[in-house]
This record gives sequence, C-alpha cells and structure tokens, in this order.
Amino acid sequence: MTKESLLSLYETMLLIRRTELQLSRLFADGEVPGFIHLSIGQEAVAAGVMSALDREDTISTTHRGHGHVLAKGIDLERFFMEVMGRAGGICAGRGGSMHVADASVGVLGANGIVAGGLSIAVGSALAHKVRRTGGIAAVFFGDGALAEGVFHESVNMAALWGLPVLFVCENNGWSEFSPSARQFAADLERLSGAFGIPYHRADGNDVEDVAKNAKQAVEGVRSGGKPAVLECVTFRVRGHYEGDAQKYRDAAELALAAQKDPLEKTAAVLRERFDADAELGQVDGRVNARIADAVGKARAGESPDFMQGLADVYTSGGER
Amino acid sequence: MAEKRFGVALNQALRECMEVDPGVIVLGEDIAAAGGSFKVTRGLLERFGPERVLDTPISEAGIVGAAVGAAMTGLRPVVEIMFMDFITLAMDALVNQAAKARFMFGGQFSVPMVVRTPHGGGLNAGPQHSQCLEAWLAHVPGLKVVCPSTPADAYTLLKAAIADPDPVVFVENKALYGMQGEVPEGLPPDVIGRARIARNGKDVAIISYGASVHTALSAAESLRAEGIEAEVVDLRSLQPWDEETVYRSVARTHRVVIVHEAVRSFGVGAEIAAKIAEDVFDELDAPVVRVGAPFMPVPFAKSMETRYLPDAGAVIAGVRKVMT
Repeated sequence: MTKESLLSLYETMLLIRRTELQLSRLFADGEVPGFIHLSIGQEAVAAGVMSALDREDTISTTHRGHGHVLAKGIDLERFFMEVMGRAGGICAGRGGSMHVADASVGVLGANGIVAGGLSIAVGSALAHKVRRTGGIAAVFFGDGALAEGVFHESVNMAALWGLPVLFVCENNGWSEFSPSARQFAADLERLSGAFGIPYHRADGNDVEDVAKNAKQAVEGVRSGGKPAVLECVTFRVRGHYEGDAQKYRDAAELALAAQKDPLEKTAAVLRERFDADAELGQVDGRVNARIADAVGKARAGESPDFMQGLADVYTSGGER
Repeated sequence: MAEKRFGVALNQALRECMEVDPGVIVLGEDIAAAGGSFKVTRGLLERFGPERVLDTPISEAGIVGAAVGAAMTGLRPVVEIMFMDFITLAMDALVNQAAKARFMFGGQFSVPMVVRTPHGGGLNAGPQHSQCLEAWLAHVPGLKVVCPSTPADAYTLLKAAIADPDPVVFVENKALYGMQGEVPEGLPPDVIGRARIARNGKDVAIISYGASVHTALSAAESLRAEGIEAEVVDLRSLQPWDEETVYRSVARTHRVVIVHEAVRSFGVGAEIAAKIAEDVFDELDAPVVRVGAPFMPVPFAKSMETRYLPDAGAVIAGVRKVMT
C-alpha cells in the first residue's frame, strides 16, 4: 500500500475515533441524548471496507454504525447535528445515533434492529442488478446478528439469486452483553461454504488487511454479480452502549485493547515504513479542527420542528 | 365495459404498471412459475421475465425487508404474502423499516412498495390461514392500508398503491377473488383515502370495507322490506380513512353500524366509532354499534366458522339495535 493510501485510511480511522471520543464526552455532559453505541477499536473495518467501495454503492449498517457512515462520506456537521438532535441533522433530528443515513452517499441507514439491515441490503443489491447501476450493496452486521433468522433468509436469497452483496461481519466477540460462543453454534466460514458463497477473513484490527481482503471480495462481487462474505475479527473496547460498565468482561481481556488498537498499529507502520511523522501531525490537526468546527455548529443548531416531523410521516403529508 | 373477476382485475393492474414502469417488480412465494396461490400473478413471468417476477424462498421477513431495500434503491416492488397470517413474520420489515424510513431518515428516502395479501375466512382454512389483521397495520404511522370490495376498485386501487410513494399494505379478501364485476378502462388514477357510497339511504349508515361491504349490501336489501333505507359506505382505504364521507353519511342518517370481518375488539370499527364520538357526536341519535367477529381465533369446523363470520343477519340485528 502506498503512503498516501495508508495515510488516507489512517485519517478516516482517526476521524471515527475522535468523533466517537467527542460523542462520549458530549454524552457524559448530557449534550447527546438517548443511547449511543461506540465502535472504538473497530475503526479499521469501516475504513478498510469503504476504501473498496464506490460512492454509488449502497450500505446498510447497525446500531454501532457511526464509523461506517463517516467512512462512506456523510457530512460531519450534519452527522453531529443529528446525533445531538438538531433540526439541521442529516435526518432532521428524527433518527439520532442509531438511524444516521445519507442518501447522497448511499447510506441506507444505521439500524436499531439487530440484523435489520441485512434484507435491506439484499433488496438494494437486487435494485442495483435490475437497474444495471453497476453498483453493489454492502451490509455491516455484528456476530450477534448471526443468530437472527433474517440473516439466514438474506444470505440464502443473495446466493439463490446471484445478487451483488458484500456481507461484512464485524466479529467483536460480544453479542451485546454475552460472549459469542454462548450465542451461536455454527461457524461463519463453514456457513458461507454451505451457501456456496466465497468467504474472506480479515484481521479487523489491521486496516491494511481489511482493505486488501475487502478489495478482493468487492472485485468478486462486482465482476461476478455474486455475494461474498467478509468476516473481520475485531475488538470492542467500549461497552454495548455508552455507560455500560462491562462488569461481564475480564480485566485481562480488556487490557488487550491497547495492543490491539488499529490506530496505534497503523501509525507505527506509517512512522516505520514511510517516515510519516510530519504527515501524522497534519492529519491530527486536520481531524481535530474538523470535529471542533462541526461540534460548534451543531451546538448552535436549533431544535427540530415538531410539526414538520408530523408532516413528514407520509410523502403526501402527515396527520389527517 | 368488460366484466372481470376480482383476481383478473388485480392481474391487469399489475400488468399495466409493469408495462409502463420498468422499476415495478413483483416477488413472493410461488408467484412466478405457479402464478400465485390465488393465481393473481398468472402470466407475469412469461411476459416480464424472471428478473422482474421473482419466486422467493419461504422467507417472509427476508422478502419484505428486501422490498424495503429495493424501494430505497429505485425500484417499486410489489410483494405477495400468501396469507395475511404470514405477515406476522414480516413485521420488523414492515413496522420498523418500511413504515419509519421516510420519517426517521428526515425525508431523504421514500419507500414506494406494496405488500399484497389475502385475508378472511370462509375456506375452512383454520386459525392460521384466515385472519383479518389489518387493524394492526393501520395502527402504524407510515403505513397505508387499502382493502377494496369490487373488481373495479381492486384494479384502480392497486394501480394507485403501486404509484404511491409510501408503503401500502393491500388487503384482498379471499372470498372476493372469484367475484365478477365491471372494470372500467382508462380511468384517471385513483386516490387512496377516498370512500365510496355503495348504496344510498337515509335511515342508517352501515360503514364497512372489503368483502363485508357485500354482507352490508345484502342486509340493506332485506331491511328495505321493513321500510328501513340503509346507506352503505365502502371505506376502500383504512389508513388513511375518509372521515369526510363517513361524517356526511352520519349527518344524513344519524345512526351508525360498522361492520367488518375482523374481531371487534381494538379493531377498525373501534377507531371509527371513537372518531365519530369525538367529532360528530351531536349528529347521533343512537350509540354506534359494531358488528364483527367474536374475540376468538378463526375456528376450522364449518359449523363453527359459519357462526364466527359476521353475516347479513348479524348486520340486521345491529341495525335494529340502533333503530330502537
């Protein structure tokens, strides 16, 4: 990978990390209401997979989806406005953290329902195929989604119909508060094989490995018009939701966070392989400035108009 | 004007929409090669090919969810759910995804999809193949619910549902598929949310939808012999429903009976009765009466199912109650 490419991936990861750390502070201060689910430690998956997708490709994602939508190119200011419940939010302040979407960059939405995005991505891929857009659909889901029935229905339909879908499993080992081993008896690689779907595995904490495998998988999906599975084995640093003290996890396991950190790893490669200290400093400054600017504008944003929401339930208008 | 069966009218609507718009696709279990359990989609595969007419696996959650994603990516999918009872399996896709996408994403997306599904008893199909669950769906902000009673309405309303930018659940009573009726051609596009006066009368308004409209009409004919002129209002659409037409009928007749095949409790009739009480109470000369199925699952045995389904006798009894 070239220095520029890796720096670009690093910048995306840093944007996600700093955005989520900022959200964590804003949440603690009461400036972000509701539930937020952070993907700290999993940024390499979002950055790496998105580097293999085009703007016209569509994605659907999960409640832990900030990273995916940021990497796909959602407007940062409108993202913060949404999560902070402002009228200028990308979803007009009506969805929040679990429902960020951006039609202009092909984000069909984060989703509050585990496995909710899978069938949506399959349908989106069907539309790409019927409309001959040349695009593909990618769906991000956690290992917890494997136990949902609709996961199996979706994979089956994609395989049966030969649809251009990339199934990206972010396997962080935890289904909410339970270890995956107590949740799902099968193995995704063998399951993919049973459906006749090519399976790729990446180190989800190594952005170069994710990007390489994603590129290979996406090429297969795009040229063959067939689905592929990409399992990214990664590490959830924070709790299921922000504020979750994670008493169900071992201290020893959590202590691995630092050595698994995908940003540290990539920064080290950039320094050692490319002597990129100066560029890392610039990236740092740029990301911080963007976030500070976006948060400032979001803070100044107005609350959403209730009546506008009521009028937007249907395309033709609201309450009758 | 040609006489057509209800099912054929639906087929014609699908065909015309698919001819005009290459983005319209139909999908469902056994709808392509087999032409559908009730043959509504017969011949579409031959005409439009397997890319637009898809036999799906038995995966109601998956196929309705796929329709949501397809609709958000530029298609107009029309899904058939073989029996309305099976819509239970697709509730996440309908309630959490399709219904909310427009609102929850700030109006960035519309979800122009239709779910066609047959409801109703009379076939001794038992508790899991006979239910009328439309009230559940009418309760969800973001969904539209349509239920025609004639071949002509089946044709025009299905075309309107497919053209609609929002998700529409299109409910077809199984008892109506064989019904013959005139289907006018070349009508302007129908509008979802408008009721129809199926019979004029001055003494009592019988408000109904779907197959129950015919039960109401039959009751109205019998009541004429007793000197009671019943007006029959065919709602055609339950979400939205046509308050204006209903309230005008209430103002003309001052007595109201609401009839549906679904269970009475927490049903469409409950909503309409409550709204009449809230909005036009002064027009009423008697309490509103609801006629519907008792609060039990649809039974299998012929004798039981016959007694379960509201018939003209039940409607007449309801009318007598409001006339005294």
